[in-house]
Amino acid sequence: MKVYAIAVNTFKEAIRDKIFYSLVFFALLILGASTALATLTIGEWSKIIEDLSLSAMGIFGVIISVFVGVGLVFKELEKKTIYTIISKPIKRWQFLLGKYLGLALTLLVYMAVMSIVFMIALHHYGDTEKNGIRLFSAVFLIYIELLVLTAVAIIFSTFSSPMLSAAFTLSIYVIGHLLPDIKLFTAKYTPMGLKGVMNVVYYALPNLENFNIKTLVVHNLPVSAGYIWMATAYGLLYITSLLSIAVLIFEKRNFK
Amino acid sequence: MIRTQALGMRYRVGFRMKKVTALNDLSIEVKKGEVFGFLGPNGAGKTTTLKILMGLIYPTSGKAWIMGKELGDISVKHKVGFLPEQPYFYEYLTAEEFLDFYGRLFGMPKAERVKRIRELLEAVGLTDARTRQLRRFSKGMLQRVGIAQALINDPELVVLDEPMSGLDPIGRKEVRDIILNLRDRGKTIFFSTHILPDVEVICDSVCILVGGELRASGAVHDLVGGLQTRSVEMAVEGLGEAGLARLSELANNVVVHGVQATAFFGDEVKAKAAKSFVCGSGAEIISLTPHKGSLEDIFVREVRGKKL
Repeated sequence: MKVYAIAVNTFKEAIRDKIFYSLVFFALLILGASTALATLTIGEWSKIIEDLSLSAMGIFGVIISVFVGVGLVFKELEKKTIYTIISKPIKRWQFLLGKYLGLALTLLVYMAVMSIVFMIALHHYGDTEKNGIRLFSAVFLIYIELLVLTAVAIIFSTFSSPMLSAAFTLSIYVIGHLLPDIKLFTAKYTPMGLKGVMNVVYYALPNLENFNIKTLVVHNLPVSAGYIWMATAYGLLYITSLLSIAVLIFEKRNFK
Repeated sequence: MIRTQALGMRYRVGFRMKKVTALNDLSIEVKKGEVFGFLGPNGAGKTTTLKILMGLIYPTSGKAWIMGKELGDISVKHKVGFLPEQPYFYEYLTAEEFLDFYGRLFGMPKAERVKRIRELLEAVGLTDARTRQLRRFSKGMLQRVGIAQALINDPELVVLDEPMSGLDPIGRKEVRDIILNLRDRGKTIFFSTHILPDVEVICDSVCILVGGELRASGAVHDLVGGLQTRSVEMAVEGLGEAGLARLSELANNVVVHGVQATAFFGDEVKAKAAKSFVCGSGAEIISLTPHKGSLEDIFVREVRGKKL
């Protein structure tokens, strides 16, 4: 109930914010542009639309989760609204979890709106051969990725300023997508002494490529259900650990 | 209701990690049903103390209890209301949504929330503004909706941090009336302030904090009553030339206007001597007023004492 109240309040804050609307607007604009671009190509219409739309969904989702995520806790501290919350019978972890779930709900609504427009665009171009479930799994894993990234953002925002947190979170996003390459590179070129360090880096940071099945889906390559479940489990486990760390930091904080 | 024992808060600031003592060995007790004023100049550690009591920061030493439960026991917060200093609220919410949110934090069922919110908005005079977003509220309205927020759970103990600062005289009176109304209903009110005239009117007990240390505490009438008479003013009528000359010797200052004269005395002994002399001379004493110190004198004395 208490977590729910915080989550709903966070959701309201996000959707009453003009920035959220402008981001959604631009995301939709790119979706629209993809259909225009598709008309310039010969055949392969649906592939262009799918590729561009899924990418746009992901990128704008990242922007929302990072820039709203890093402000989640910081804003409450800066505006001192947290004083009135923590003085109520609510535990600090409940507050933090509520903030997280609020943004998760916001992202869910964002993804739903984007998916509907995406489906309409595809339908308009008469793409019937594509399996809806395959597209849905791609969208679903993008959502899980956004949830992981939001958890990263919330950790940084419990002890750092929004600008720094945003920089850190975006770095984690970029590194997270390069991790498979880093592993490959490590195996081939890194001297023995450094291998251990690189392995720690590889396993400690979130491997965001696990959530990227866009190319496979767009080009009709096989993706097993088992893979999707594993990636989901990986994401949820990662989110749980990140939120636990965030709570540990947050419990000890003094709200000055 | 509230008890603190040697509460202390020290931290390090800046590059050189300079030690700062925000609060030093504070021991106070607030009894049930009283209005307790927590006084001190800016930076005295008032807000620090309130934040410790509300669980926003952790003290570096000492202990505190609210309603017999040690800090950290959140069950106590069901019976506590808190208004922070210069509160900023969720400006995108309407007054109703705002109060509803806090009601949910207490786990109040919907029907109870609706009823309570209607009563509270009525009590703080915001019924007409209930569907307006808080960003369109004036400062006084925000303070009132803030108080409503602190009272949503009908608390036994209400803690207010500087509830009157930044308000105009009407706003201050409204807040004062709300506090007095709460006292009449048997609530305990603990509030910090540096607006002293209000304190003398509404507080039962006070304590004065300067530089993180407790300088004075007790019931208001004990503190003010314990002060020595600062000066005595006497107005007489029908005193002759010789009498006036004698009066001038005893008094610090004599002002003559027509047949009346007003004399000011530095202490009560001289005033008593003058009184018997005037009575003996056949003149009439129109008034005799001893001037005692006010809470402000105590406050100024304690604050100055710190700086010397």
